[in-house]
Amino acid sequence: MVAWTAEERAFIQDIFSKLNYEEAGPKALQRALIVYPWTQRYFGSFGNLYNADAIINNPKVAAHGTVVLHGLDRAMKNMDDIKNTYAELSVLHSEKLHVDPDNFRLLADCLTIVIASTMGAAFTADMQAAWQKFLAVVVSALQRQYH
Amino acid sequence: MLSSAEKELIVEIWTKMTPVAEEIGSEALLRMFTTFPKTKTYFSHLNISANSEHLRSHGKKIVEALAEGAKNISTLTTTLAPLSRFHAYQLRIHPTNFKLFNHCILVTLACRMGDDFTPVTHAAIDKFLSAFSAVLAEKFR
Repeated sequence: MVAWTAEERAFIQDIFSKLNYEEAGPKALQRALIVYPWTQRYFGSFGNLYNADAIINNPKVAAHGTVVLHGLDRAMKNMDDIKNTYAELSVLHSEKLHVDPDNFRLLADCLTIVIASTMGAAFTADMQAAWQKFLAVVVSALQRQYH
Repeated sequence: MLSSAEKELIVEIWTKMTPVAEEIGSEALLRMFTTFPKTKTYFSHLNISANSEHLRSHGKKIVEALAEGAKNISTLTTTLAPLSRFHAYQLRIHPTNFKLFNHCILVTLACRMGDDFTPVTHAAIDKFLSAFSAVLAEKFR
């Protein structure tokens, strides 16, 4: 069971309330594919990922980025039981998608950077700490069903 | 591997950061200490609370060293040799901590540069910071 302080809950709700899912999701996924190119291995069916511009203009990448962020929304709405909320997603990522879970952290870091660049100085050190704690729980839950 | 375009970009960014080395460095450190409390274990001898003298001077030192490295990317091993020895034989920091600090530098830059911190810029700086850390950790064993 993860313990959340009232302040941490408030920070996380605040960040999500300011997020445009259709913008932040795509930006985060594009960033991961550009900064950590090996992550492209999971997106063979997405077409042109040849360079940064292609990735940024790729509609499948954008659509999928939005899907990911809606997934995170579910975790935020079930913060006291992310583990079980994500049980099926975890099985999907390990059994069907075969994603190396180390890459979850990379996407999480890219999302953090997108939020930082959108919120600027409002993304304080304390907010960052709460946000990264949330993402760490999400990543851990996604990794649980790997055997 | 850094392309020549990336090397130029890196010099450009770190030149801009040098006048605000103290602000950038201390912010990155504060983010790291807050998000990853275990990193504080290396600083029990200093006062690293927000805005402290130690935090600011230490942050400044780090960013100035990064700027120096940016100007000498092709000779990082020689340029950083003294710092490399220092980190290996005196500081003996667990190498995973370099990644944590690098991440916080990236977050600091993102906050300050907003949309200008494009994915391409992010990639170049991340590669530079990784190369820099690798040299710092080179003599660890």
